[in-house]
Amino acid sequence: MTYIPHSPKERDAMLATIGIKSLDELFKDIPAKHRFPDLNLPPALTEMEAAAELAGYAGANETTQSFVSFLGAGVYNHYIPAAVDHILRRGEFYTAYTPYQPEISQGTLQAIFEYQSLMANLTGMEVSNASHYDGATAAAEAANMAFAQFRGKRTKLVIAPTLNPQYRATLRTYTQGMGLTTVGDDPKANLDGGPETLEKLIDENTALVIVQYPDYFGRIYDYSHLAEVTHAAGALFCVAANPTSLAILKTPAEMGADIVVGEGQPLGIPLSFGGPYLGFFTTQKKFIHKMAGRVVGETVDNRGQRAFVLTLTAREQHIKRERATSNICSNQGLLALAAATYLSLLGQKGFRQVAELCYHKAHYAAERISKVKGYSLCFDTPFFHEFSVCCPKPISEINAHLLEHGIIGGYDLGQDYPALKDHMLIAVTEMNTREEIDLLVDVLEEVNHD
Amino acid sequence: MNVPSNLKYTKTDEWFDPASGAMGLTDYAQTQLSDIVFVEILLSVGDAAKPSQAVASVESVKAAAEIYAAVTGKVSEINEGLSEKPETLNSDPFGAGWMVKIQGADASALMDAADYEKYCAERTH
Repeated sequence: MTYIPHSPKERDAMLATIGIKSLDELFKDIPAKHRFPDLNLPPALTEMEAAAELAGYAGANETTQSFVSFLGAGVYNHYIPAAVDHILRRGEFYTAYTPYQPEISQGTLQAIFEYQSLMANLTGMEVSNASHYDGATAAAEAANMAFAQFRGKRTKLVIAPTLNPQYRATLRTYTQGMGLTTVGDDPKANLDGGPETLEKLIDENTALVIVQYPDYFGRIYDYSHLAEVTHAAGALFCVAANPTSLAILKTPAEMGADIVVGEGQPLGIPLSFGGPYLGFFTTQKKFIHKMAGRVVGETVDNRGQRAFVLTLTAREQHIKRERATSNICSNQGLLALAAATYLSLLGQKGFRQVAELCYHKAHYAAERISKVKGYSLCFDTPFFHEFSVCCPKPISEINAHLLEHGIIGGYDLGQDYPALKDHMLIAVTEMNTREEIDLLVDVLEEVNHD
Repeated sequence: MNVPSNLKYTKTDEWFDPASGAMGLTDYAQTQLSDIVFVEILLSVGDAAKPSQAVASVESVKAAAEIYAAVTGKVSEINEGLSEKPETLNSDPFGAGWMVKIQGADASALMDAADYEKYCAERTH
């Protein structure tokens, strides 16, 4: 089967129209020695052989189907209702791409509009864009937006050391060459002081202050005062939030956030060993012209019928070019649809139930673990579904032991924070049964006896 | 197309009023841009203005444009309310759609209304 839609007859007709004899002639400007290089590919496999080879690779991976997981640190093992996949796999959604032609993209555009509405609602903010690739790049776009908001006159980013290490690394990568300095997240930063420790770093040169909620160690803080200090200095305040937690926690909007970003993976998207994921980005209406990313709007057509379109497109780089806030002009369409589907299926009540289950199960786990000899909760700050445990042995050793019992243990915080060796970040979701938590506790106890 | 005779004009479609020091974009420009949805004045009172420097950033439903200082001088006033009602640039580009006022300027190099009208007629799009 050929995967090119043109028949040989159509190709010949096109060639004749432009007056050449063969396709090869179109490449004549490429030096002969570089044209059609010998690629030395192996012979083509049949579909049956290819399927077997790929199944072999897939079979070498273990998944949360066969392992109990207590691993979080940015993405979480939540239940994905079967309906999500069925809706995603509909050809009209699965193969549709960029809805630049609204006349034939109303379904896609409406789905994105619903996603935007849901995320704005969830975060308490006024507007949302159509999504970014992941939470880390959404955080980077917050930095871009702050830079654009102040027209490059403010050059400092204050970054909490308790923001996900990958987000911090991405922020630094994105802001290279922009003349920005990043402060707050150096290796010697105080991890225990709470949001107040960032306040002294904020001044009139600060463009953006960014924190995580709950923070990377699972801790919940009210950032309202930090937001006030940020605003008093004239800067923007951004919160990178866990979406599931927002079902039961005070929203970043209520704390005074100007921008809320985060990872949407918990909303009906599989773990997939690192991606694809979903970056959400919400802000207040007054900043919408500085916001990057696609935006879908609701309007009426010339017959007064409700219709959806991509709007405020002159912000984007294909029109505004070098003066645009960012070069991003795409979105994570299929996964935004997954998130919208997930939230719609659960509804406000169902989503709240998920959050409550996570909260209560995590607190049950923390309570039981804290009573095991050799283990203690590292912090006494309130938490949502993730908490840090100070362990009697190296985390790698404990996790190896847990793996033998079919359990994927928590994250080794010592990998990212040298001062936190033997600190394990444990996440508990609605997927973890009481029996699984009890087994975790038993094995942790067992490890300490060895 | 409206081209008030008391004003001066640039090749980049800005107008300047030597009497008041006000400047903005012309009727020709707002027609080309179509519905304007965003305008941001980039200079503050007291800033120096010169033709190479953007005075405002404008976005319409289909285009983004910079508006340049029509003359060299000092910004004495900016139209604060304009960003709240960007559509004013379409409905009243020469009146309520003024962007900034520039003092101490020499407008002699600018086109008069008749030349600007001729210039616009010659342009092909």
